[in-house]
Amino acid sequence: MSYMKLTGAQIVVECLKKEGVKVIFGIPGGAIMPLYDILYSETSIKHILTKHEQGAAHAADGYARATGNVGVCIATSGPGATNLVTGLANAYLDSIPLVVFTGQVSTNLIGTDAFQEVDINGITLPITKNNYVVREVRDLARIIQEAFYIARTGRPGPVLIDLPKDIQLAQTEFKYPEKVSLNGYKPTFSGHIQQIKIAAQEINKAKKPVIYAGGGVISSNASSELRDLAFQANIPVTTTLMGLGTFPETHSLSLGMLGMHGTAYANYAISAADLIIALGVRFDDRVTGKLSKFGSQAKIIHIDIDPAEIGKNVLVDIPIVGDLKKVLKKINEMIEKKENTEWLEIIKDWKRKYPLKYENNQELKPQYIIEEVYKISEGKAVIVTDVGQHQMWAAQYYQYTIPRTFISSGGLGTMGYGFPAAIGAKLGCPEKRVICISGDGSFQMNQQEIATAVNNNLAITVIIMNNGYLGMVRQWQELFFNKRYSSTTLTGNPDFVKLIEAYGGTGIRVNKKQELSPALEKALSLNKFVLIDCIIPGEENVFPMVSPGSPLDQMIGVD
Amino acid sequence: MMRHTIAVLVKDHPGVLARVAGLFTRRGFNIESLAVGHTEENNISRMTIVVEGDERALEQITKQLNKLIDVIRVRDIFPLNSVERELALIKVNTNSLANRSEIIQMVDIFRAKIIDVNSQMMTIETTGTEDKVNALIELLKPFGLKEVVRTGKIALFRGSKSVSTFKKQEE
Repeated sequence: MSYMKLTGAQIVVECLKKEGVKVIFGIPGGAIMPLYDILYSETSIKHILTKHEQGAAHAADGYARATGNVGVCIATSGPGATNLVTGLANAYLDSIPLVVFTGQVSTNLIGTDAFQEVDINGITLPITKNNYVVREVRDLARIIQEAFYIARTGRPGPVLIDLPKDIQLAQTEFKYPEKVSLNGYKPTFSGHIQQIKIAAQEINKAKKPVIYAGGGVISSNASSELRDLAFQANIPVTTTLMGLGTFPETHSLSLGMLGMHGTAYANYAISAADLIIALGVRFDDRVTGKLSKFGSQAKIIHIDIDPAEIGKNVLVDIPIVGDLKKVLKKINEMIEKKENTEWLEIIKDWKRKYPLKYENNQELKPQYIIEEVYKISEGKAVIVTDVGQHQMWAAQYYQYTIPRTFISSGGLGTMGYGFPAAIGAKLGCPEKRVICISGDGSFQMNQQEIATAVNNNLAITVIIMNNGYLGMVRQWQELFFNKRYSSTTLTGNPDFVKLIEAYGGTGIRVNKKQELSPALEKALSLNKFVLIDCIIPGEENVFPMVSPGSPLDQMIGVD
Repeated sequence: MMRHTIAVLVKDHPGVLARVAGLFTRRGFNIESLAVGHTEENNISRMTIVVEGDERALEQITKQLNKLIDVIRVRDIFPLNSVERELALIKVNTNSLANRSEIIQMVDIFRAKIIDVNSQMMTIETTGTEDKVNALIELLKPFGLKEVVRTGKIALFRGSKSVSTFKKQEE
């Protein structure tokens, strides 16, 4: 049987079609021009031109998080490739599936410091799940197929493919392999049955169990299995930042988020628990506080698809390596119905005594803004955040009930992530309302993408919590550095309303509390790109707060 | 702190060494020695890595290695259960006749070999366990070492136990 001869660039596009890719993000340049030439006449793949490669990487990431599909972006060699680095690291730390193509100088020039040559493979070794330099065009289809497979299976992550220019132009017979065969990559999907039995027994025995659920529940689409487990045995659930949306925060069993800026009752509950059921989490220092005190009263069950996460930070009693959805299904079959009345009473008491709170006065408080956004969007919007105080308020004061409706940079904490990620999310879910919560600091890190949003008529609402500070750093300076506000005052901010208008978008300024809901109503009714610049009090803090290195049950702002 | 010898089977790709070595640095492990070469199987190389760390550190590094797509198998080779060898070439000063005969005696005792010689120096080849190589080098030190090069340890399990993926496929 003979196959059609195609160029490398044509093969890339054919493979993208085979993988069902509909939207890609990127910016062209010298070393990737042959691929862009093929994209020019390709109608089934929509290419979104961003204004900076970092924007393309974050947009592909937001697309992946909102849809659950692999996000794809393209950049040229050299500076195009290095501009992707933050986006790759961001996706790597949050385990988001991306396939990223970079142009490269022709193979005969590699290693000569040619124009726009950079060893992007070497640079991205520690921040990709795997990466490739394509040296023979006949390997290209196999590599692309492997890349998609590796990106989306097991613990997901970004994969980079470096494409030398001559490889894009070289021809070979195109054949998409029937299946992937990788003898060095075999994720464990079904958990060890003996361990699963022991876990179920412990859950049945526990008097004060708590579920601690993270981003793995979203990757594994295991939200309904998580709910089954919690409802069946009446186990309270706290989630990490990455796990928001996996369990309905409107339910009485929900404890909200735990950790540094978690709720007091979540932190008290996890500290007092006799059994912690850790699902798709990695015991990050922002979650655990002082490690030696974390769950010191508790046995710990840890279920994760990545064996390297088991025992990395915390020694666990019952480790299970496997896909959460599969493992939880099996556990749920062995779980007895239970009331846990006594434990739930204690928690109820904590909730009553130590609720999330702020001084809701006549000022335009950021927490109030989030509550209003929650009301007006009926809790159904896709909320995409940047990084900082606004991110924590968005995590605390919106009640998430649906997976993939809270999109945020967790592990890397990338300021500038939110806005381009919101663009990706909107392209992935055009039918959903996408609201980006940002700060005046974060937004300016990728504000060039206003052009991308306006050009593509993306009906995204951006809310800037404008306090004139790099707020979270300022908060730390206030609490731990004697209020020495070193380089955190943002003098010289632009007029964001005028800025938006310069790009042809709509801007609304909100100075007063009573102006907020009309502005939100207007923004959401316009069905176009709108930015709302909210002038909030400069020195509002995020509480509760566990100081870095303190145990979780010692919080500032809880009395 | 325990020393461990880890055998790592990897795909014979360009860049694999950087991937493996980089992982050790990133995760804060110091490589004491590293030996790489081809194996009985096409396109598969074997790295023998000696690393210091407690059990938990070893477990973590093993798991992290296993996560690399190009890594096919990782095994901890326990000293009690294995044969291990290292090769060293030692260039030593031989400026007096007395020195020369003493050195030749030591080479005999250690069953080493003289592989190059001139009026000023001798090059000695030795293989053995790390301890044996260390011992010979210590004894030669007083004569004045000009240069020492060591391959790093390589190791195999004793008996029929193996790390190879090759035999399994044949069976």
